[in-house]
Amino acid sequence: MTDDKRPDEQVQAAGPTAVDNPDAVDAPDGVDSPNGTGPAGDPPPLVTPPADTVPGEVVLRLTDVVKTFPGVRALDGVQLEVRAGEVHCLLGQNGAGKSTLIKILSGAHQPDSGQVEWLGEAVSFGNPQAAMKAGIATIYQELDLVEDLSVGENAFLGHEPKQFGFVRRGYMARRTREILARLGHPEIPPRRMVRTLPSAGKQIVSMARALSHEARLIIMDEPSAVLAHDEVGNLFRIIRELTAQGIAVIYISHRMEEIREIGDRVTVLKDGRTTAANLPARTTPTRDLVSRMTGRTIEYVFPDRPADAPAGDELLQVRQLAREGEFADVSLSVHAGEIVGIAGLVGSGRSELLETIFGARRASSGTVSMAGRQVRPGSVGAAVRAGMGMAPEERKSQALLLGEPVYRNVTLATFTRWARLGFTDAGRERAEANEVADRLELRPRDVRRPVRTLSGGNQQKVVVGRWLLGDTKLLLLDEPTRGVDVGARAELYQVIRALAARGVGVLLVSSEVPEVLGLADRVLVMREGRVVHEAPAGELDEDTVLDLVMAGSLMEGAPA
Amino acid sequence: MTERTETAAPAAAAPPADRPTPVSPAPAGAPAHKGAGAPGNGNGRWSGDAGESFRRNLGLVGVLVVLIIIGIITRPDLYGDMNWVGDNIMSILTLASVVGVVTVGMTFVIIGGGIDLSVGAIVALAGVWSTTVATQSYGAGGMIFTAIVVAVCVGLVNGFLISYGRLVPFIATLAMLVAARGLAAEISDKQTQVSNNATINGIASNDILGIPVLVYILAGVVAAGWVLLNRTTFGRRTVAVGGNPEAARLAGINVRRHSMLLYALSGLCCGIAAIMLTAQANSAQAAMANLYELDAIAAAIIGGTLLSGGRGTIVGSLLGVIIFATITNLFAINGLSTEAQNMVKGGIIVAAVLVQQFRFKSLTQLLARNKLSSTN
Repeated sequence: MTDDKRPDEQVQAAGPTAVDNPDAVDAPDGVDSPNGTGPAGDPPPLVTPPADTVPGEVVLRLTDVVKTFPGVRALDGVQLEVRAGEVHCLLGQNGAGKSTLIKILSGAHQPDSGQVEWLGEAVSFGNPQAAMKAGIATIYQELDLVEDLSVGENAFLGHEPKQFGFVRRGYMARRTREILARLGHPEIPPRRMVRTLPSAGKQIVSMARALSHEARLIIMDEPSAVLAHDEVGNLFRIIRELTAQGIAVIYISHRMEEIREIGDRVTVLKDGRTTAANLPARTTPTRDLVSRMTGRTIEYVFPDRPADAPAGDELLQVRQLAREGEFADVSLSVHAGEIVGIAGLVGSGRSELLETIFGARRASSGTVSMAGRQVRPGSVGAAVRAGMGMAPEERKSQALLLGEPVYRNVTLATFTRWARLGFTDAGRERAEANEVADRLELRPRDVRRPVRTLSGGNQQKVVVGRWLLGDTKLLLLDEPTRGVDVGARAELYQVIRALAARGVGVLLVSSEVPEVLGLADRVLVMREGRVVHEAPAGELDEDTVLDLVMAGSLMEGAPA
Repeated sequence: MTERTETAAPAAAAPPADRPTPVSPAPAGAPAHKGAGAPGNGNGRWSGDAGESFRRNLGLVGVLVVLIIIGIITRPDLYGDMNWVGDNIMSILTLASVVGVVTVGMTFVIIGGGIDLSVGAIVALAGVWSTTVATQSYGAGGMIFTAIVVAVCVGLVNGFLISYGRLVPFIATLAMLVAARGLAAEISDKQTQVSNNATINGIASNDILGIPVLVYILAGVVAAGWVLLNRTTFGRRTVAVGGNPEAARLAGINVRRHSMLLYALSGLCCGIAAIMLTAQANSAQAAMANLYELDAIAAAIIGGTLLSGGRGTIVGSLLGVIIFATITNLFAINGLSTEAQNMVKGGIIVAAVLVQQFRFKSLTQLLARNKLSSTN
């Protein structure tokens, strides 16, 4: 919390005048701050060195942008400055606020406070069309194209050239061809169905759409994620052509080597704040970027690990589990009373792994055993009978009946146990749910309230509480604190630790590295569908894990 | 009553869910309400769900009252005269009985997230099959058994195609609509098959204590449906499977098997309806129960069943059926055409869905908001 006020000062200082300061390039203040401060130490001061490579005028400037959602402060003072013709990289861990920021820029959300300045004027885009009109185009990771329309129809979707109410198809095709040529892809026929294009081709259609709007800023959300390795080079070539035409690009990626190659400047977000703005993308040491992504401003309170963890019997044993295209050759074990954490990015296969262990997905090979007995694959029922319970990643879409009362959500996996001859026992269910609510300190305590009226943290307690009933031996938790506020987080951590103390095994997935390190006894790191590292949590620190999680090349990729 | 209504998952009048509930202990009812008419507003009692569907059903009773007032004004001799009013109520309920039984099954299917377009065709097939010369030779018991077994089997086929064949419910049951009527025509050789069984025919013509047997059957099916939906594990699974199939699956519920059973249940209701309809006409033919699927779906929808699943009540559906029957009755006794009647019914369906959408919209917006907050 010490650097609360710093971002403002620093960013303001980084106005156009600072750009001309030549000696700040090589060794900006704080960049060389040693890494030894660790996750809990003070993050290095915000630096805003000028980027000599960026000649353009400022097209977009965000000042102190704040956006809150129920239970979360998604953006908490974001500063951002983008110049014409630059590739501006946004860096941050999952949950740092990148997606919210994009949604504000693209008009899907409106900021609660703070200023968005576009081409020198304060603006607020009420909807995505307004942002498009103003010249800001967004290319989402999951491309929003209409598969059964042609390339041209997609490029001009919503603003087709018309005459007398008819679409000028010939003209549209001609314009599309021009745009595709501009993108260096004249070979894509404008009348071809988008469905028939490979994903790289679809991405080009998305960009064509952006250009059809005369976009001056294109936001790309992890564009390389859908591309094969050799196609990335082509993407970069297009980005360079765009920027040469004066178009600004906000580029979001987890891959450090991409940022080094294509980026001009980097802004780092953490916990909804700008922790560093306008760092030179090619020369800023990687360890500095990483520490700005991780430096804690909020200390989570993790329960103490038991000093001498009694090594319980082996509970879960996973042998060479694989699922085509998702993960491969994963072997792991969880002992009774042990918390095992899996660190990895979205797309690393961690959620898929968890769901496969739980039988919600069918493994293509490998086995899952509980207490030495193999669990029938591909059957959630069998997994539950074997003593597993899972709190899935997407609470609302995967775990809860939002309109139903709390107690019915708590007993969703167990209500049949108290039923007699098929008749449910509402009194018993409420009593059991009440007990769970007491143990988890559910607030408000009324179990007859619809679950929808609870905060994110309390909803998560309901999901976890579901598996406290019955005889769950192994709890699979996928992002248990996503969208949960700080206070409720600490409570959830206590609950999880208390469960382990009673002999329940826990397998925890989280993209928040400190959570995995703070809560788990043992940590597995997953990247691209494989477990790349395994160690007791005490032997790892956040930077090491992030390094493993993100690229592997993170440390060596940085110039000294 | 309270228990029952809790089953319904009201989309309506949702208070902005997921307000950040203060971490410090706060009065339960204290969260800020933005939504108008939030249930249980204020004093910490969250019987909100109960209140919600109760209010919805009360609205339907209001519609019914309006219809009766129209009846009293236009035909005081029937609606106002105490000597006739009992008879008229019975004729309305009798009119509602067959569709009512079908609607109970339809309500389950829709709450469970599906739709069954084949109900009319199943009624026809079951009716025709149970009145063949061969079947009639086994007597009333044989006819009832045949009607129910045939209808349940057709329902199982629907369910199997949808659950395990992964067909969209709309398509699977549309195909069954065509096929079952075809089979019914084939079996009956497109002839009307007269029922010679006095017991069967008596179901429609006999009264007990002045109340027609058909009305007893409707009451029995409605009561059984109510208990099944609100008091049994089957009902609970239905709401779970329709409300959030993924959550149900990850809680260990066998979603596919349950969906299949829902269509079998709809079939069972159709089998019962087939006997009732056969008794009314003293015959069965391939064209019987024409467009019952639309009547049943319409009744369920105006009764507050959410077409996307997860919410609905048996009482609401029953009220929906009775409202339609009352309209038919009103038009008939006033000598108005069925065409005008259909236009009014259409208007009522649109009005009911508009009301529902208006309320539902607030919930979906809410969900959208929350979803965005949780993905970041």
